[in-house]
Parts: sequence; structure tokens; C-alpha cells
Amino acid sequence: MALDINGEKSEVGSAVVKPKDWTLFMLRLSSLLATAAATIVMALNNQTKTLVVATVGSTPITATLTAKFQHNPAFVFFVIANGMASLHNLLMIALDFFRHKFNDKGLFLVMIPILDMLNVALASAGDGAAAFMAELGKNGNSHARWNKICDKFGTYCDHGGGALIASFIGLGLLLVVSVLSIIKLLANQKPTNYHVTLP
Amino acid sequence: MVKTKWLALLLVRFLAFAATLSAAIVMATSHQNASVFAVSFEAKYSQTPAFKYFVIANAIVSVYGFLVLFLPSKSLLWRLVVAFDLVFTLLLSSSISAALAIAYVGKKGNSYAGWLPICGQVPKYCDQVKGALVAGFIGVIIYMVLLLHSIHTVLDPLLLKKP
Repeated sequence: MALDINGEKSEVGSAVVKPKDWTLFMLRLSSLLATAAATIVMALNNQTKTLVVATVGSTPITATLTAKFQHNPAFVFFVIANGMASLHNLLMIALDFFRHKFNDKGLFLVMIPILDMLNVALASAGDGAAAFMAELGKNGNSHARWNKICDKFGTYCDHGGGALIASFIGLGLLLVVSVLSIIKLLANQKPTNYHVTLP
Repeated sequence: MVKTKWLALLLVRFLAFAATLSAAIVMATSHQNASVFAVSFEAKYSQTPAFKYFVIANAIVSVYGFLVLFLPSKSLLWRLVVAFDLVFTLLLSSSISAALAIAYVGKKGNSYAGWLPICGQVPKYCDQVKGALVAGFIGVIIYMVLLLHSIHTVLDPLLLKKP
């Protein structure tokens, strides 16, 4: 049994060690679940509706309309952004388990908060675009003569709204994770480094 | 040497302030009247919630950028600046993304939803919105660089400074 920097014991020679920081691990896991749920729900968002357009004689002419997430570039970006955020969470959780194989100093230590922040920015951009596009679909825009589509495609709108809520929860958790990992950077420094000066 | 780096940082922060301020102002003054088939309609930024969010977000970040320019070099408040930089970069990126999404629908339309593009009827409004979006995008990029720079100097994660 060897002691590492924080004084916790780790088994030498085992493939997987327990994560050192349970709070961060649980937050990352919840964020992973939320963003993965958002990605999957939006990616499977699809509704087909058959409307009667006209009646010729006694046979009605029907038109089939579909609402898919690919029709809207903002939703495509939403799916991609949340997919990348959940991949990042998965990578970080896996890194937690295999931590003893890497050395905890220098560039490696600072890449984790930087990657966290980049993914938070990406996820927030995806959420922003999809939220406003969903608002446009729900209320329309009378000044630009854009009609709302939620009265015809109710299920599509409901699923989209659910994916948005899950994504916002995942974004909030990812923001907390990012702040905590930056604070961990401070904790790993020497304690005499209180006086902050700029170069 | 120290003074040069401090002045360079100040210049970059001033550029970021200028970018977000101009984005907010150009978007807020975008306005055009048009008449199509004797029906006159008016295009203004306040008709679209995404553009209103863009103006408000850029205004808040410009005020913050202006205040940070006056922070003395050796103050302990630079740690707070790191936190604020993170939050405001996220806000800016979310607002530019939302405004871009709505502007794309305005320019190209969305045939599946039956939404026609409006840039043909109000070209001056569209151009001004485009200019505001470009300025906002420059602001986001500069703020991302400033965030990484603040973390590097204030928190010193690579332990480059001797205590």
C-alpha cells in the first residue's frame, strides 16, 4: 500500500482506484446523465402528421408533414453540443478512475479545468440557440409573418422542451463542476502563494 | 518589462470593451421601415427576444469591461475577476449563439416550418444586424482569450512564478 500526495492509500498494481473526490464525481455523473438524456431525446425527436388539404368530389386529399430536429440548424447544433459535453463528462469520469497512471503535475493538471470551461461554453451556446428557436416555434413572430408550429406538432414541441430542460440542468451542474475544478487548482499550490501579483 | 505587459493587457481589455459596446449599440439602433403591397411593416430589434437578449448581454458585459479597466494592478480583486470572466464569457457565447440562430432563419428562412426569409424586404436592417453579430463574435473570442489569460496569471496553475 503506497501513500499518494493527499495522504490517501491506493493499491499498487490494481487497474482501477476509487475516486479521491466524491462530490466532484457525483456532480460529473449527474451532469453526464442530464446531457446524455438531452442529446438522446432531441435526436429522436420526430413527429409525422397527416393533414387534409382539400376535398375533390368525395375523396379528401391529404398531405403528410414531418417535423424533425434536422430541419432546424439550431437543434442540430444543440444535439452536437450536448453530445460533446456528455463525451467530455464520460472522459473525465474515466480519468478519475485511472488517475494513478498519469502524473499529477504541470500541463496535465491544468487541462482538466480548461476542458471543463470550454465544454461549459459550448453547452451554453447550444442551449441558448435552441431555447430561442423553441420560443420562436412556440410563439411565432407576427412581425416577420412566421407562424407558430407548436399548435400543430404538440408532441414535437413537448419532447423538445423536455430536452431543453435536461440540458439546462446539465449545464448548471457542469458550471459547478468547472468552478470546483478551478478551486482544486488553487488548493494544489503552495500555501505561501497568497500575494497575487501580475507580471 | 512589467509595465509593457500590463499595458498590453489593458489594451486587450479595452478592445473587448469596445467590441461588446459597439455590438450592443449597433444592434439597438437597427431599424427599417418597408412597405410590401401597400402594407407597411417595420423591422426593429425589439420584436425578436433573441436580439433583445443579445443587446442586454452585451450591455452588461460592456459595463463590466469598463469597470475592470480601472482595477489597480496589485489588488486582491483579480481573483474575483477570474470568476466574473468565466460567467460573462458564458453569457456572451450564449447570446451570440441565440442571435445567430434567429438571424439565420431571417436570412435563409426555414422551408419546413413555412417561415419565409425577410432579408429581401429589409436589407438595411439585415446589414446592421450582421455588423452587430460580427462585433459580438469578436467580443466573445477576445473574452475567451482573456479568461484563459486571467487564469494563467492570477491562479498560476503551472506554478511558474517563484514565491
